Amino acid sequence: MEHYTMNLTLKVWRQKNTDDRGGFETYPVKNISSEMSFLEMFDVLNEELIREGKDPIAFDHDCREGICGMCSMYINGRPHGPWKANTVCQLHMRAYKDGDTIVVEPWRANAFPVIKDLMVDRTAFDRIIQAGGFISVNTGNALDANAIPVRKDKADAAFAAAACIGCGACVAACKNSSAMLFLSAKVSHLALLPQGAPERKTRAMNMVAQMDKEGFGACTNTGACEAVCPKEISIDTIARLNREYMLGAATVES
Amino acid sequence: MLESKIPSGPLEQNWTYYKGHCKLVNPANKRKLDVIVVGTGLAGASAAASLGELGYKVKAFCFQDSPRRAHSIAAQGGINAAKNYQNDGDSVFRLFYDTVKGGDYRAREANVHRLAEVSVNIIDQCVAQGVPFAREYGGLLNNRSFGGTQVKRTFYAAGQTGQQLLIGAYQAMERQVALGNVQQFTRHEMLDVVIIDGKARGIIARNLITGKLERHFGHAVLLCTGGYGNVFYLSTNAMGSNVTAIWKAHKQGAYFGNPCFTQIHPTCIPVSGDHQSKLTLMSESLRNDGRIWVPKKKDDNRKPNDIPEEERDYYLERRYPAFGNLVPRDVASRAAKERSDAGYGVGTTKQAVYLDFKYNLINKYGRAEATKRGIQNPDEATLVSLGKEVVKEEYGNLFDMYEKITGENPYEVPMRIYPAVHYTMGGLWVDYELMTNIKGLYALGEANFSDHGANRLGASALMQGLADGYFVIPYTIGNYLADEIATKPVPTTHEAFEKTEKEVADRINTLMNIRGKQTVESFHKRLGKIMWEKCGMTRNALGLQEAITEIRALKKEFWRDVCIPGAIHEMNPELDKAGRVADFIELGELMCKDALDRNESCGGHFREESQTEEGEAKRDDANYSYVAAWEYAGEGHWNLYKEVLNFEVAKPTQRSYK
Repeated sequence: MEHYTMNLTLKVWRQKNTDDRGGFETYPVKNISSEMSFLEMFDVLNEELIREGKDPIAFDHDCREGICGMCSMYINGRPHGPWKANTVCQLHMRAYKDGDTIVVEPWRANAFPVIKDLMVDRTAFDRIIQAGGFISVNTGNALDANAIPVRKDKADAAFAAAACIGCGACVAACKNSSAMLFLSAKVSHLALLPQGAPERKTRAMNMVAQMDKEGFGACTNTGACEAVCPKEISIDTIARLNREYMLGAATVES
Repeated sequence: MLESKIPSGPLEQNWTYYKGHCKLVNPANKRKLDVIVVGTGLAGASAAASLGELGYKVKAFCFQDSPRRAHSIAAQGGINAAKNYQNDGDSVFRLFYDTVKGGDYRAREANVHRLAEVSVNIIDQCVAQGVPFAREYGGLLNNRSFGGTQVKRTFYAAGQTGQQLLIGAYQAMERQVALGNVQQFTRHEMLDVVIIDGKARGIIARNLITGKLERHFGHAVLLCTGGYGNVFYLSTNAMGSNVTAIWKAHKQGAYFGNPCFTQIHPTCIPVSGDHQSKLTLMSESLRNDGRIWVPKKKDDNRKPNDIPEEERDYYLERRYPAFGNLVPRDVASRAAKERSDAGYGVGTTKQAVYLDFKYNLINKYGRAEATKRGIQNPDEATLVSLGKEVVKEEYGNLFDMYEKITGENPYEVPMRIYPAVHYTMGGLWVDYELMTNIKGLYALGEANFSDHGANRLGASALMQGLADGYFVIPYTIGNYLADEIATKPVPTTHEAFEKTEKEVADRINTLMNIRGKQTVESFHKRLGKIMWEKCGMTRNALGLQEAITEIRALKKEFWRDVCIPGAIHEMNPELDKAGRVADFIELGELMCKDALDRNESCGGHFREESQTEEGEAKRDDANYSYVAAWEYAGEGHWNLYKEVLNFEVAKPTQRSYK
């Protein structure tokens, strides 16, 4: 790869805490290598701010390998930036050229209040999982792992849904701030496996009820979530969620 | 002084005997007992879930915004279990033996045997939770092979095994949160252990959003806080991974076991520049299907695909014909360093070797697919394209990650890889029950020293984390808590809580008031450089002595000149980081001291003074067959206690993979 350096202008959302109004600040950054990751560019800027006696920009990040789901920046109007199937931490500066202006905001959703700058509170996702995103099996109860064969196509589809990293990009991209893709990924993962079958009737209903309680919006099938999902979770999972919901809502025990 | 509490009797019956004889706590009493779990990775989440299911009142803490983000999530390749589903000769004994040998005979036999025994239960449990492991067309589980073994015993979910296992444990834990058995505290960092009358009785934690210190009582405290590889600054660990929790426990009296045992993983994406903030692993499972080579000619600047077959040196296959590309991690790492240092390295920095998939794309996967589809005499392009489809399914996410980071397509061009710090075998010293020498204080998973000796085999970290959390601690903690049922919860107004909280607050105030000139990050980088150069892949006495002097000086400078912006009572990531780096600096000194003291080579610890004529690690069983357990004795001072290791079943031999 050709290496080059660039000078950029960053417009970053600054907000002291949840109650603060917040606003954009502009920062020039110089001599950024095309080999840096986007977050390393923020590291460089933060080091400079600290040396100047200013408050560095708070942002969430941890694994920096695209798997923990912690990083969350809304870059030029798109969660996780311009690359497809990507997280911010894996976005590299060769996506930009000298002179570019980049606008960086936090996830925007009522259910994700801003904690500081680019950090938001995503504990709503934990509570949705608590509502039913599990299989009720205590430690020590298990059958032999090969006792129940699982069709490979089903297992693969369950895995594809389970790849969700819970980052919240789907919510940030959605004009309704819906959490349907997140929720449907979990429901699909568990519904596709025989182990998840006993709780199918209640799982989707309970999780949807919690999602509504948290203040996420409804799904209007625009597909914005799928387009930005770093793990390429398909909106087909939302169709499956709807079927699962109907299974729970429209059938009665005889 | 060091009582390992290994049950008497034959090794293979130790655990069964223990489970049949340990004390139990009845369900009504469990509800009166509080257990604190710090860290929510595989060990912490599985422990919190299992103890919650049993009826204990659990409080679980993590510094991330959700328990699901703990760094176990990044484990790629797989998890070992002695299922022998492949009918290739595996057994509990073989897994036990491979692990002890892989650890270069510096692990405790009884712990490792238990680990191998419960490995099979882990797979069952995970499948029951809905972990979507890879399967065959018949619907049964698939396996792959990993380094240091000759059987296929590794269960996996593409390159995301850690993620799927952690999500399984996380979901089990969230279920307990919903049931009210586990209370979860996210964005909280443990900053000290509270000890009353010699027993761990709680922690001081800082709420990272408000900056407020909190006191939490527990009848027992479990530290499941992972490894300390970030002492090297650059590692495959997450940015937040740190030693603070176990370091605080160490300073309160818990012994630190084998601190210098560090695993340098051979297949990571090489450093590209000074801006680098972390290193990314490419799973060991890739060594199944990739061949590692360098040019036979020094300083060969041709593109890899322009170098003909006969001018490539497949140095692992050459040096270790029996295990080839699947030698254990320590061996593979040193061999890569040896070639690079000798002038055969590749890439711009020359600190890299090639990991090449083309051979297996064509010959292994391509041909098998062609046969399956009845394609006669396929040409190379067809084979490559068929092979790619299979490799994509196995490792697609890893190949994508490599391309995002380097901008190169590994299906076409060999990957460039180089060793990087990955895992720390050392950790708090624990007995057979996973209890430290402080009563009621436990360490699980990577945070303890116990199962991997001087080198961990691939796909064994996930196994150990889950073994400790799901299947060991639920038994061993009862043996302690059975005697605590009459202990009423200690009010957090108790003087020990007051005193410990004040010490924590004072330290934070001191840090904030330094108002120096240098950033936390700059100190961390300097520490990392010292550690990597002098306590890294190879070590010698002179270098280690220099490192100790340099680290002491760095520590002074840090406490005089570190610059932390912002205030205490707000979200302040620089302050969080400063506390962690301060602890890493102290740990660095102990690691060098331990490495200096152990004048032998074993596993990942390679002392230049102790090698065979062929440059392999030379162990010294006569003098060093022990666990080094260090007791903190005031600034810059430690006392060494030795737990002598007895090998009754896996008799030590010179490790050979030739």
